[in-house]
Amino acid sequence: MEKVIHRKLGKNTLCLGLTILLAFTISLSAQEGDPAKGKALFNANCAACHQLDKKMTGPALRHVEQRLADEQGLDRDWVYAWVRNSAGVIKSGDAYANKIYNEYSSAAMTAFPQLSDDDLNNILAYTAQEKAAPPAAATTAGAQPTASSSGGISNEIILGALAILFILLAAGLYIVNKTLRRFASAQNIDIPEATKRTPLWKAFIKNQFLMLVTAIFFLLASAYFIFGYFMQIGVDQGYEPVQPIHYSHRIHAGDNGIDCKYCHSSARVSKTSGIPSLNVCMNCHKSIYEVAPETLAEGKQIGVDYNAEIQKLYKAAGWDDANQKYTGNSQPVKWVRIHNLPDFVYFNHSQHVSVAGVECQTCHGPVEEMEVMYQHAPLTMGWCIECHRTTNVNVKDNAYYTKIHEELSKKYGVENLTAAQMGGLECGKCHY
Amino acid sequence: MSSNKKYWKSVEELNENSSIVETLKQNEFVEEIPTDEFLGDKETLEETSTTRRDFLKYVGFSTAAASLAACEGPVKKSIPYIVQPTEIIPGVANHYATTIANGFDFASVLVKTREGRPIKIENNNLATTNGSANARVNASVLGLYDSLRVQGPKKAGESISWSNFDSETSQKLTELSAAGEAIVLLTQTFASPSTSKLISEFKEKYGNVRHVVYDAVSESAALDAYQAKYGERGLANYDFAKAMTIVSVGADFLGDWQGGGFDADYSKNRVPDHGKMSRHIQFESNMSLTGANADKRVPLKPSEQKLALAKLYSYVVGGSVSGTLPEHIEAAVKNAASQLKKAGSNGLVVTGIQDVNAQTVVLEINEALTSRAFDKTTPIKTRQGSDAAVTKLVADMKAGNVGALIMSGVNPAYSLPNASDFVDGLKKTKLSVAFSMKVDETSSETQYIAAAPHYLESWGDVELKKGHYGLMQPTIRPLFDTRQFQEALLKWTGNDVSYHDYIKDTWGTGILGGGSFNRALHDGVFVGTIATETVETAEASNTDTEETAEIPSGNAARTLAASAKNEGSELTLYTKVGMGDGQQANNPWLQEFPDPITRTSWDNYLTVSKADADALGLINHHVANGALNGSYAKVTVNGVSVTAPVMIQPGQAKGSFGLSFGYGKTLGLKEEMQTGVNAYALYQNFNTVQNVTIEKAAGEHEFASVQLHNTLMGRGDIIKETNLEIFNTKDKKHWNAVPMVSLNHEPVPVTSPEVDLWDEFDRSIGHHFNLSIDLNACTGCGSCVIACHAENNVPVVGKTEVRRSRDMHWLRIDRYYSSETSFEGDNTKKDNISGLGSSLSEFGEMENASDNPQVAFQPVMCQHCNHAPCETVCPVAATSHGRQGQNHMAYNRCVGTRYCANNCPYKVRRFNWFLYNGNDEFDYHMNDDLGRMVLNPDVVVRSRGVMEKCSMCIQMTQKTILDAKRDGREIKDGEFQTACSAACSSGAMIFGDINDKQSEVAKLKEDNRMYHLLESVGTKPNVIYQTKVRNTTEA
Repeated sequence: MEKVIHRKLGKNTLCLGLTILLAFTISLSAQEGDPAKGKALFNANCAACHQLDKKMTGPALRHVEQRLADEQGLDRDWVYAWVRNSAGVIKSGDAYANKIYNEYSSAAMTAFPQLSDDDLNNILAYTAQEKAAPPAAATTAGAQPTASSSGGISNEIILGALAILFILLAAGLYIVNKTLRRFASAQNIDIPEATKRTPLWKAFIKNQFLMLVTAIFFLLASAYFIFGYFMQIGVDQGYEPVQPIHYSHRIHAGDNGIDCKYCHSSARVSKTSGIPSLNVCMNCHKSIYEVAPETLAEGKQIGVDYNAEIQKLYKAAGWDDANQKYTGNSQPVKWVRIHNLPDFVYFNHSQHVSVAGVECQTCHGPVEEMEVMYQHAPLTMGWCIECHRTTNVNVKDNAYYTKIHEELSKKYGVENLTAAQMGGLECGKCHY
Repeated sequence: MSSNKKYWKSVEELNENSSIVETLKQNEFVEEIPTDEFLGDKETLEETSTTRRDFLKYVGFSTAAASLAACEGPVKKSIPYIVQPTEIIPGVANHYATTIANGFDFASVLVKTREGRPIKIENNNLATTNGSANARVNASVLGLYDSLRVQGPKKAGESISWSNFDSETSQKLTELSAAGEAIVLLTQTFASPSTSKLISEFKEKYGNVRHVVYDAVSESAALDAYQAKYGERGLANYDFAKAMTIVSVGADFLGDWQGGGFDADYSKNRVPDHGKMSRHIQFESNMSLTGANADKRVPLKPSEQKLALAKLYSYVVGGSVSGTLPEHIEAAVKNAASQLKKAGSNGLVVTGIQDVNAQTVVLEINEALTSRAFDKTTPIKTRQGSDAAVTKLVADMKAGNVGALIMSGVNPAYSLPNASDFVDGLKKTKLSVAFSMKVDETSSETQYIAAAPHYLESWGDVELKKGHYGLMQPTIRPLFDTRQFQEALLKWTGNDVSYHDYIKDTWGTGILGGGSFNRALHDGVFVGTIATETVETAEASNTDTEETAEIPSGNAARTLAASAKNEGSELTLYTKVGMGDGQQANNPWLQEFPDPITRTSWDNYLTVSKADADALGLINHHVANGALNGSYAKVTVNGVSVTAPVMIQPGQAKGSFGLSFGYGKTLGLKEEMQTGVNAYALYQNFNTVQNVTIEKAAGEHEFASVQLHNTLMGRGDIIKETNLEIFNTKDKKHWNAVPMVSLNHEPVPVTSPEVDLWDEFDRSIGHHFNLSIDLNACTGCGSCVIACHAENNVPVVGKTEVRRSRDMHWLRIDRYYSSETSFEGDNTKKDNISGLGSSLSEFGEMENASDNPQVAFQPVMCQHCNHAPCETVCPVAATSHGRQGQNHMAYNRCVGTRYCANNCPYKVRRFNWFLYNGNDEFDYHMNDDLGRMVLNPDVVVRSRGVMEKCSMCIQMTQKTILDAKRDGREIKDGEFQTACSAACSSGAMIFGDINDKQSEVAKLKEDNRMYHLLESVGTKPNVIYQTKVRNTTEA
């Protein structure tokens, strides 16, 4: 099984600092309006369909005012009118409005009558800002090897110095010993010879009892290890295969806090949690065509280009990002299945997720921290049963359990019933 | 002193000339052991460069490599949808209502699909007409995944595209139409309003068009009689639920008589309710399913049936008929007539005699009785074929008078008696097209094969009865490049709409009367309030009207009696529950389905009475491994003969013989399925009764029979039965006593706790499942067997394995014959046996079934004993008991010792002797990817060396529980089902939770008729049976 090689997520403050610095060294535009407020408004109202530098559902909007003025001779009032009621402008027979409307496949822009002149000024101010220079990739790339090599040298120096020290010490002791012996012989002092004793290993071999005990010990130990080896066959805890698309649960479930069941929606109602179909990915990724520069940099450190991964998704889904449409030329993604239960086991996600209210993380581990998904639990029968023995059944507000819980808890004399007491250990409940 | 004693090794040595003894002297084995096959011939062995050392090296390395590789798990890929259809959630089943209408079976059904794959057929409970799926309909889902289906249109055996097909055929049709040549559409009965409309449009466009409807097994006589009397071509619609006295003369109405589907209503009156149940008298030649269920069965020859019916008419309605019947039959007819008269409007007479007069007589008797069961307003529309039209067509074709022949849903080259005439005629046509799913006997002879879709891939509508409609909708995207007949008609008539839109249009204007099409599609059925006129009437019906109108209504009985000539041996051709007309012959489920009567699978055979068999020297005997062998007989009808194996059938009328349709196909099916002989060759003039000569033929046939012991030997605790009189008048202990065992020399009921070896387990909390089987309602139809097959991924093992008693059916329907005239008699005889001599001789006699035995059916599956003998002997605890009453079987734990099977008193455990999936030795549906699509993903496919058995559909009960938990609600009675109880339309199988005291099964458990199978063993099963009550009250 192919596995991911772990790369150390070393922090590179230099690189980060540079990025942040660059982000703030933007020349403020002389336009009226506050670009900071404009950015907030833009993200709240426009970003679903517009980007500054990229055509999406609607056109790219950087320097939109300038462009309109230069190319079409349209002023800010036209923009106000368009934003507040684009359909009206189109109806009025405005040539450019109709041209734009037709160009973007006759999708009418949502009207924003709630935006005031000031709001629009702020937004325009934001769109008029110059594009931030991309972070200096060259310098960061250069910096990394030097930093790591300097660390290596210092270690070697210390080790080398220590080694030299030890050699000097050994040499000193040898010289002292030699000198003392010379003195002794000069003084005619006899150095007593150590009496020769039976070596330990020979004594050990001669002691048959010890031999027997050791043999038994070794046999038991090897049996233990062999048993251990056999028991882990088919147990793929920690299985972390390379996937066709590097999908980071850390970014989606962790950083962005997307609910697991948004993508794995069938976990609520079905026995399988379901691998999300690509149209679910495209719900968001139609607009998210690239990651934030910070995220991109994080990815670079572990050797992943997140933007390239998004491109892989587009290819699979058959999405033409440039023209903002589906080509119909799609290629299914062959994910490598991680959690494999044998065929003879029936497991139902909805029972655990919807009925019992078990968190996904209970079995799947800290998914929100996993850059690459791996199998957290051993998924052995012992592991299942352990949980069934210790977990109380969630009977609250569930009419199904009312009667059976009342009677059973009386029978067993307990307050809360475990899954095992409900019959969760019977063979046929999972094997059929 | 040396001894001269001769030690006999076998009885064979008594025979001096026995070849076996001679062979055994020379060789150890009678048959040569095929060592050569195993080793290969010497030359190749010498030529090979592999030395013994090399060989050992290879073995060593490959073993090492295999064991190393085994430690690494395989990489599994998961491929999600690109765009997931909104209605599909992986892991959740969808159900669609649709209608099967293949020309033989018509039923409104529900189709269960998983991840877009249809996997099971279920009953549509919303349907009031034909809402129950029989065994064949249940099995029809497998036909969708038939690997021998035609995958695209073909011309002369080569694939062509649909566009070429369209342009070539359209051009040809236009040419032929211009030249004034006859264009004939030869189709199955579609009973489809939209198709009729389409065909009339086609007629309009091409002019000289004839539409001939052809039913492989014809009901033409009944149709003609009905048409002559009521002016509408249809079959009389009988509601058996309203009939309390039923007299059937040769009508197998629990089988396929007039389209079938009467069993559910029939069963309603078979269960004694307030001391009343229906009385059923059957006059017949073959032992049919219906005869087996009758209260009184009179075996008689087909010619005597005609006379008996005529006499019945004279006794009930009046008038006199000539002819004499044997005394006991005469008495039985008189008796039946008096009972009918007594019943009045609660009486009903039906007949299966393929004779217009016979059918007319029946209609007249029912009219005279003013039978409530006879509904004249809603004739059945599922058979429309006309024998005269088909005969004329074949003659025209042979004369070269047919320009184009377009066929759909028929296989006349297989199912016509004069098939060779048909094939000759086919070659004379200028255009021949067959819409077919297979390259079969007919389509292989046509110029074009238009690949047709399965009904689960098609749109359609069906008028099952007048005013009762069903809709057919696709449940899967077409697997292959196929097109249905109606789509092609649309193309040929230059209509661009899809057939779906066309149906919608037809329904919107003519049928729905303002109702919602989507609602009808959702329900799958629609009952119209307005009578719609038939848009198109087949050519045949017009010609027939003139002929049949001549029958003088009062004289029918006399004409019938006159036509009854008793001439030697008579053969009755019939259809088997499992195979029907044979269009599903490539369905391994149906091939392996044991016939309810003979319990034989993978064959058809000539059924012969014991007396005739003795006279002709025909034998059935058991061979060393316990399997059944039988002689062959040459069956000759008017110079046409077939050689069929012989099955000696108790209850077969002396002088009569039976042979079933549907077998002996040669094309379009796998080699394993090419079983039996083709009885259509003997189906001359579309008459199911033929005069015949039977001769013994050489050789011996090997049957694959699953039940070899036919009688009950007076063991009344297996099937408890009584008659209505005793049931009504006497106490339960007289007819359903609990067995007694001795405790301290005192008789104690076996159910009492003191005599129990085991501690009772508290099952009062939660669910406790019980399955009740009513032996009165069970007709033995076998749809539960196939439903179980489909639900539980039960493998098909093939004929040779069935012969070795290795069949895998989790659910079997045992059939018992009485050896006296009744089971009652058996019990008395057994009780009176005393002494060794008497027991040896009389038990020997009791092994043979009576000439006209009583028959009883008993579905047996795992009894889910509360004190299960199998559980205590399993060395690895692979089988254990659940609190809900189910006996669990953990396949992955089983090591295959088979102790459990040996310790099971009911013999319901099945052992996987081989790997039945993905194994070329068992080349059935589980051996190809297509066929495996039918597997139920919720049930594991068992592997070799593992014991399996009925799980009481734990996957279904668990699903019901899990759904209720998720919805946070209590479970209502009726929600719990097993595959068999859901498939049982007769209400014989009721499943439920006995801890729910209001449930039906809890009440049945307390019923007086309730008993456990082999109660004396003390296993305390969770399957309960209801004592069979026969209505033996004469007059």
